[in-house]
Amino acid sequence: MPPTPSSVSATSPTLLDTRFKVETPEGIDLILRPAGVIPRALAFGIDLLIRGALLGALYAVLALFGQFGMGLATILMFLLTWWYMVLFEVLNQGRSPGKQVMGLRVIHDDGTPIGWAASLTRNLLRFVDMLPFGYTLGIISSLRHPAFKRLGDIAAGTLVVYRDEAPSAAVLPEAEALRAPFTMNLNEQRALLGFAERSQNLSSARRQELASILAEPLRVPAEQAEQQIHGIARGLLGPT
Amino acid sequence: MKQSLFEQQHQADWQGFALQLDALERGKADSQQTQTFAAAYRHLCQHLALAQSRGYSSHLIDRLQHLAMRGHQQFYRHRSPIGGQLLGFILAGFPRLVRTEWRFVLAACLLFFGSLLLMGALVYYFPDLVYAVMSPDRVAEMEHMYDPDARRIGRFSERDSGDDWMMFGYYIMNNIGIAFQTFASGLLFGLGSLFFLLFNGLMIGAVAGHLTQIGYGETFWSFVIGHGSFELTAIALAGAAGLKLGWALLVPGRWPRGEALRIAAASSVRLIGGVTVFLLLAAFIEAYWSSMTLASANVKYIVGGALWLLVLAYLLLAGRGDHAPD
Repeated sequence: MPPTPSSVSATSPTLLDTRFKVETPEGIDLILRPAGVIPRALAFGIDLLIRGALLGALYAVLALFGQFGMGLATILMFLLTWWYMVLFEVLNQGRSPGKQVMGLRVIHDDGTPIGWAASLTRNLLRFVDMLPFGYTLGIISSLRHPAFKRLGDIAAGTLVVYRDEAPSAAVLPEAEALRAPFTMNLNEQRALLGFAERSQNLSSARRQELASILAEPLRVPAEQAEQQIHGIARGLLGPT
Repeated sequence: MKQSLFEQQHQADWQGFALQLDALERGKADSQQTQTFAAAYRHLCQHLALAQSRGYSSHLIDRLQHLAMRGHQQFYRHRSPIGGQLLGFILAGFPRLVRTEWRFVLAACLLFFGSLLLMGALVYYFPDLVYAVMSPDRVAEMEHMYDPDARRIGRFSERDSGDDWMMFGYYIMNNIGIAFQTFASGLLFGLGSLFFLLFNGLMIGAVAGHLTQIGYGETFWSFVIGHGSFELTAIALAGAAGLKLGWALLVPGRWPRGEALRIAAASSVRLIGGVTVFLLLAAFIEAYWSSMTLASANVKYIVGGALWLLVLAYLLLAGRGDHAPD
């Protein structure tokens, strides 16, 4: 199957990246990170366990009510088999319990929350994804799709993405705000800021090594380059 | 404007917006608060765009992006009243949809009812043919079920009225499962739907022909005519929905195959919604009316015939008026 137009625009040719960009009517780009086969399989496994446990408990309780109870149990089993995913996805903002645990959610291709029709489609077509055994078709389909979609996702126009946690506040290393000795374009500014923000996650040797690349244009000795960059980053953020 | 000044000026807005989002995500937002949500969301989008174009640090942009993503999820939530929509769909939308997709419905009906009638006639005139599609055990089981001497009839003959509940559950599970499979397997280029339509048609035809031939006709036909109206139509419609999926893959027209499939699935799944309602009705009729031996065969024929007419009239006529509910 050829990729859909949205996925063509989503994968920029320069970056080896699975991020999926969706432009919204507000004129901004939403960045979505589609989830691959393994986390989705785990989420499905968790859901399967939950359903199994529920069903076992239901049968144990309803068996006490004789035939009436068994009838009720069959109806509930029907609901669990075909509607468990749909109900959770639509009513719980795209998250079945398994997806919630794995930090995933289902959304439409355009980033909007999933609705009844799409959820029903993707979950009914799960039957085909499971063919001929153990999700073979679904796995093949999601491995060769740029956004890891199984057949049901392609038909329903849905996407399983990671729910990103809110980024924690970055602390810039202490330095005196400086003005850069040359003009920088936006990408260069962001690179310097990025270096300063991530400096806590880098070893000091690595920081030294990275910073010394800029020692010459900054016109400082290599040992002082790091401090200089931190200063410039401060200067970019606030008053100099 | 420097980034720190920008952050200072709008920090409070963002925190307020995040609080609003928390409330909305937990479904506990009061209506007063949500009045300002749309404006706050647009404002945030503007801030994000500004931050990006001014080259602010990726950390700030990530943070705004995260808020924008959450805001987007809440802003575009589907909050349509499902009850009213469902009613409109049952009263007008579903029959209209069936008529719009008349090509697939016709094809599925021909496949299903055609194979059913053909097989029925063949088995009636060549009785041995029934063993070509069913094992002798199954045939004996069927004969036992529709034995005219049985007090109650149906798939589980020895039962009392307390079992009606159990049967209701069983019919729902079984029949809707079959319909869903018939639909879903249409994704295999329509072959699955084709198979299930023909297979079910042949099986039901063989049983009907065989039972009529050995003289159990009255118990069988009076049992199936009532719920058959809904159940058989529903299977055919599920097959039509599946064929539509397959057709979109085989003949995608001007779209890429994936896109054609997505468009076809959007209307197919609405057909399946209607099919589910049909099958719930059928299960109800089958469990509580068809298995009843109180009503004479003639009454059942009359009621069953009326139900068939009702289904046909519903599919052909409902929702045609200008003022049909939407």
